Amino acid sequence: MTCLPTHTDKKLGLVIDLDTCVGCQACVTACKEWNTGGHMAPLTDIDPYGGDVDGVWFNRVHSYEHTTEAGGRTVNFPRSCLHCETPACVTVCPTGASYKRASDGIVLIDESKCIGCKLCSWACPYGAREFDTDVGVMKKCTLCVDRIYNDNLAEEDRVPACVAACPTSARHFGDLGDPASAVSQLVASRGGVDLMPEMGYKPTNKYLPPRAHTERAASVAAPRLEAVKAEGGFLGWVDRMLSN
Amino acid sequence: MHPAFSVVFFTTATGAGYGLLALLGVLGGLGFIPADFWLGLIGMGLALGLIAAGLLSSAGHLGRPERAWRAFSQWRSSWLSREGVASVATFIPAGLFGLGWVFFGRTGWVTVAGLLAAIGAVVTVCTTGMIYASLKPIAQWHSRYTLPGYLIFSVMTGSVLLNSLLQAFAIGSNPVVAAALLLTLLGWGWKLATWRYNDRLEIATTANTATGLAGGTVRSLEWPHTEENYLLKEMGFRIARKHAAKLRGITQALAFALPALFLLAVLFALPWPLVAVLSVLAAIVQFAGILVERWLFFAEAKHTVTLYYGR
Amino acid sequence: MNHGAPRGANSAPSQRPLADTRAPDEGDGVDTSPDVSDSIAKTTCYMCACRCGIDVHIKDGKIRYINGNKDHPVNRGVICGKGSSGIMQHYSPARLKKPLLRSGPRGSGEFREIEWEEAFSIATERLSNIRRTDPKKLAFFTGRDQSQSLTGWWASQFGTPNFAAHGGFCSVNMAAGGLYTIGGSFWEFGEPDWDNTKYFMLFGVAEDHDSNPIKIGLGKLKARGAKVVSINPCRTGYNAIADDWIGIRPGTDGLFVFALIHELLKAGRVDLDYLLRYTNAHVLVVQEPGAADEGLFLRDSENNPVAWDRVAKACINAADPDAKPALTGSYTVAGRRCVPVFQLIADRYMGESYAPDAVAAQCGIPADTIRRIAAELAHVAFEQTIELPVAWTDCAGRRHETIKGRPVSMHAMRGISAHSNGFHSCRAIHLLQVLLGTIDVPGGFRFKPPYPRSAPPGPKPCGKSVKPMTPLDGVPLGFVCGPDDLLVDEAGTPLRIDKAYSWDAPLAAHGLMHTVIRNAWAGDPYPIDTLMMYMSNMAWNSSMNTVETIAMLTDHDEAGNYKIPFIIYSDAYYSETVPFADLVLPDTTYLERHDCISLLDRPISHADGPGDAIRHPVVEPDRDVRPFQSVLIELGARLGLPCFVNDDGSAKYSDYADYIVNHERTPGIGPLAGWRGKDGTSVGKGEVNPDQLQRYIDNGGFWHQDFAADQRYYKMANRSYLDLAEQLGFIPKAEPIVFQLYSEPMQRFRLAARGHGRVQPPEAERGRIETYMDPLPFWFTPFEEAAVDLEKYPLHALTQRPMHMYHSWGSQNAWLRQITSQNRLFVHNKTAAILGLVDDDWVWIESINGRVKGQIKLVDGVNPDTVWTWNAIGKRRGSWGLKDDAAESNRGFLLNHIIGDQTSVDANGKRYSNSDPVTGQAAWFDLRVRIVKCAAEEAGFTEPQFERFSQPPNVAPSPDIVRYGAEFRVNREAVE
Repeated sequence: MTCLPTHTDKKLGLVIDLDTCVGCQACVTACKEWNTGGHMAPLTDIDPYGGDVDGVWFNRVHSYEHTTEAGGRTVNFPRSCLHCETPACVTVCPTGASYKRASDGIVLIDESKCIGCKLCSWACPYGAREFDTDVGVMKKCTLCVDRIYNDNLAEEDRVPACVAACPTSARHFGDLGDPASAVSQLVASRGGVDLMPEMGYKPTNKYLPPRAHTERAASVAAPRLEAVKAEGGFLGWVDRMLSN
Repeated sequence: MHPAFSVVFFTTATGAGYGLLALLGVLGGLGFIPADFWLGLIGMGLALGLIAAGLLSSAGHLGRPERAWRAFSQWRSSWLSREGVASVATFIPAGLFGLGWVFFGRTGWVTVAGLLAAIGAVVTVCTTGMIYASLKPIAQWHSRYTLPGYLIFSVMTGSVLLNSLLQAFAIGSNPVVAAALLLTLLGWGWKLATWRYNDRLEIATTANTATGLAGGTVRSLEWPHTEENYLLKEMGFRIARKHAAKLRGITQALAFALPALFLLAVLFALPWPLVAVLSVLAAIVQFAGILVERWLFFAEAKHTVTLYYGR
Repeated sequence: MNHGAPRGANSAPSQRPLADTRAPDEGDGVDTSPDVSDSIAKTTCYMCACRCGIDVHIKDGKIRYINGNKDHPVNRGVICGKGSSGIMQHYSPARLKKPLLRSGPRGSGEFREIEWEEAFSIATERLSNIRRTDPKKLAFFTGRDQSQSLTGWWASQFGTPNFAAHGGFCSVNMAAGGLYTIGGSFWEFGEPDWDNTKYFMLFGVAEDHDSNPIKIGLGKLKARGAKVVSINPCRTGYNAIADDWIGIRPGTDGLFVFALIHELLKAGRVDLDYLLRYTNAHVLVVQEPGAADEGLFLRDSENNPVAWDRVAKACINAADPDAKPALTGSYTVAGRRCVPVFQLIADRYMGESYAPDAVAAQCGIPADTIRRIAAELAHVAFEQTIELPVAWTDCAGRRHETIKGRPVSMHAMRGISAHSNGFHSCRAIHLLQVLLGTIDVPGGFRFKPPYPRSAPPGPKPCGKSVKPMTPLDGVPLGFVCGPDDLLVDEAGTPLRIDKAYSWDAPLAAHGLMHTVIRNAWAGDPYPIDTLMMYMSNMAWNSSMNTVETIAMLTDHDEAGNYKIPFIIYSDAYYSETVPFADLVLPDTTYLERHDCISLLDRPISHADGPGDAIRHPVVEPDRDVRPFQSVLIELGARLGLPCFVNDDGSAKYSDYADYIVNHERTPGIGPLAGWRGKDGTSVGKGEVNPDQLQRYIDNGGFWHQDFAADQRYYKMANRSYLDLAEQLGFIPKAEPIVFQLYSEPMQRFRLAARGHGRVQPPEAERGRIETYMDPLPFWFTPFEEAAVDLEKYPLHALTQRPMHMYHSWGSQNAWLRQITSQNRLFVHNKTAAILGLVDDDWVWIESINGRVKGQIKLVDGVNPDTVWTWNAIGKRRGSWGLKDDAAESNRGFLLNHIIGDQTSVDANGKRYSNSDPVTGQAAWFDLRVRIVKCAAEEAGFTEPQFERFSQPPNVAPSPDIVRYGAEFRVNREAVE
């Protein structure tokens, strides 16, 4: 059913900290690895050892140079499905394959209904959907729906693979619909933002911007160093210090 | 956007087909065109043939065409589903109208079927237009020019086809020629206006909003993959400005200028079969021109995902 | 729902499972609880050198997925981009299948398959002959080996001094710089106190060693708001998230650090108390020009270095805790003039040549920035001190109620290491750390056990006497303390094939693997018979001057014999080096083998306690391959090497696993420290425990023990820690470790150059030894920069390894190569504008050594005088299971082609290895280049190109499509 639910009980999603991401690709391959055997298996790789290599991935990390008047900065930027509240990728689907879950807000594809028209990928401004030419269907991030509730995993492991892998702890998971949740509070305290808010898709995932240049190193307000004022200069100072 | 031939041909062919169908439905249904067996057979064959060929072509674009029937289910939210429903639904009155017109001549129910087919054709073309017009990530499509454009080009190509059909049967009439000419000029104007609009488009979505990095410039340093992936192949198509300008010229020549010239010549009452030849030529040239126009429609459309790639 | 205590690095509340993980009743038919694994094997990753703990999930007999082990001290549950791609490494189409014997010309890749028995006979016969006649004619060099305690010991048993691993071209400057100074090292032998540091400086660190620990640590700093300062010409990776990025000009880090020291000294912002307690700052140095002990420490009758007591006005044992030593001044003792080390330090670094204004232009860093960083360092170190409420006792018996710390920490790696001045730059950083009193203190840089050890640690390198059928009297690699320890003959000629521990590279603690091929080819210092190598891509990205190296590997003498007569090579994959071997011994993957991550080798300890780990077979090999270590053990037995056979001549160890459990290096000390003793209750030292491996497996594949709270800091002088360290066998005796700001061993070399002592350098070497064996760190222009015309070669060229790749391994990995299969040359926008280059242009990158062609990408985040690229992406056609059209061999390029392996000819007509003159560390980053836009018809493809390798026999072509994981779903859905 491609009409959107009027309300979802939860708004599960990710919070990604651009101030902390080093671009190591850990989330990228952890996602690939879990999901190539997971709910949407496989994430096919075409010509994997040749010149036209092209595979299906749910999570990709870009890097940018962000230059402002305050200076330049390199920003690593993970990009995956944002599990929008009003995703056009769902409503454009002619078959009901794309849908948004009423319970937790996860946007999924029912592969058995997908005709591979690719329109959902056109409707997604974020490039979150990738087409599996081998199977002929569209695939996308499932927010690890087969991990987060999985009774066969230890409870502590029931988080998306990308979050579990992230070595710098730049990725966070939770219910963004609950203002009291740890992720919501993180977003509030760090000024988390929506990507392309002007599209009106209301992404659930939030991005925490890099620390502003002006706020940098606020903890180190060091006075300038002055040469020691002691008889005999520095060496005199050493002697005096040792005598004390 | 990648100008896949299947989709370029689909929209061009169904546009012309539905335009012709609508005109035949109205004019034939209301008796402005005589109910002639061969004219009906060829006219309706052409219209439905173009539609069917277009639809088949679009099915070829699908990853799982065997499941295409599922596309009729989500008409409440999806313009593509609505297009599917409308296109198939239109076949019913169109088929009845065609049969009636060819075999039974004009009768009451044929008129009703003709008008219904015309309505179906217009609705279907509207749904096609809306598929593109509704896509917010593609600013060149998500504009008030897209839906009228589809309608105008549909009726334009339909009218030029109708004229060539009538001229071929030597029953051409100046009002039809004039209408086709005016519609071609209207199409030309609309296309120029669309291009002008698109060229001056100020898109609110930028690399800044795409990444959430406010202020200054955001330049792509490294892609997540060094080779082209699905996103870039499907949505990262780039066309050089020079190349686009050349193709815009070709579009104007083929889709508008030459057909208009031919129709003008026809209007100046050249003898038959010259008018027929010119009319048919106008239709063929225009069809080719619209293929180029449609190719450009895709090629010049920029999807927001390209912002992530610095394209 | 109530959660237990969170485990693992990602355990912030926002990274934990939902409060209620019961699946909602969505009714969409999604199976939210699929069965994920039939079994989970906990072992150790080998996708890089980091050695994280991994959980390998096996489903339907295949690897379903691999995730981080939450209990493991290295990675605490996280896993990197490489680690998660282990599946594709294991199932790589480049994997070798069977032993190979060369059948075509060397380098062609033409082989025939042979059985293991034949392989063993060939190797045994060849090596037996060598051992019977002249054991040094076997050169045994291993690459990214993690079993050097076995391989080194094997070489020693064989009797050849010609052994080393890849450290000489990797990080020996960091190892030696640290071990000779503080008895520990950056690298992976220490770590910042991530939980307490407030100011972190990162010098030249890409994702080299310790990648997950550093990333976990950076995450902690970011979460706490600590300041991160990176000093790196490139603004990528870790440097991208630094609060302050200092885009230094390559090779000038030492200069920058000296300027910081200059500022700190001038302002009196040094920790005098720390210097007196833990360093040799107060030790008196003889200042008698011309004397045989000039520059050595003044010693008492018991040979203890002495200091000048300010109160007693007399010499005292410098180690006397009750002394009141002077740090400055000049004293005459028994008619000899002496000054404290600290006086020499002040004299040198307070000199104007190290002032910020004097170095700013050289470093490419504004003087004000240098002054600001110095002020920040001082502010955090001295005004933001921290105290942990833990009482401890120092080695002098003084009890301290708290552990005081100066929360400034530093880490440095290859950017320092890979320059010809790297050893001194590394020592400069340690000097800065020590002056600030930040080593092994709360918030500072901390040792990981078994470090610290004495600076330098023992033992000395062996190999002075090489005799047929006789083991060396120790291991080949060690630490020299003076010229007497060098491995040179009477004429000063090196005894080792790589010239380690010779006048060329006196402190070559890791050997010089990068010189072996040239030296063996040239017969300099002598010809060898067999070159045996393991897991190092020496015919490609692990060598400098690739083109010539390839030629040397295939060069013939006049009789038509290869100049390097026989090459044995072991690798798991069809790398660019395999085709140059005469005999190929196919290795297993890391999931099919036993290994030990040993305290005797490169341990995985945490600063809070020691640890070691194992690998054990998780999946059965599907081909005729054997783990190299087991092959080496069998070869040792067949050769009859003393410690590999029983008295009756039978093999002592059946395989590597047997060795790991039963080998004892010294009584009670074996490869693994955990669960020793018959009942498994001993730690560190203890009898062999036959169940040891099972105990490791039961514990998740590793052993780790936390120190008591009072043993965790000031390890160099912490009574309780040092006692424990002795007990565990880390150090021979529980004595304090004194930081050697002034290095007496280095001065001994200088004295030799001045004509003192039994072992002296040849005349031609004296100037070089005098200059570079300076006992205090100093800065000099890197060799290539000093030698080339800088107008002609105005740019520095560097490489970095992408975070998701490890050396050459990544490109055979179907997933990792999708991320990077073409490397670009990154060029600063301004530099490109001057050169008239635009984005995506193809350029020739030209050095004095040659030229290579690649495509550029313009950036702002790089030092404008520097260009750089990702390392080891360029691949030779026919290798690594890649198809001919792969981007790696058509558009990717290898910078190694233009990095010279030798210095320019010096005044004496000699060319040295392109290495640090102290340690022999390969000076990869000294490279100078110019870039020139290539002609239009030359664009689009890389050059030089090399002939395509033939494929090994019976290897299936690489697949056109990979649908890994589809079968799990099919099986899952079939059950439903």
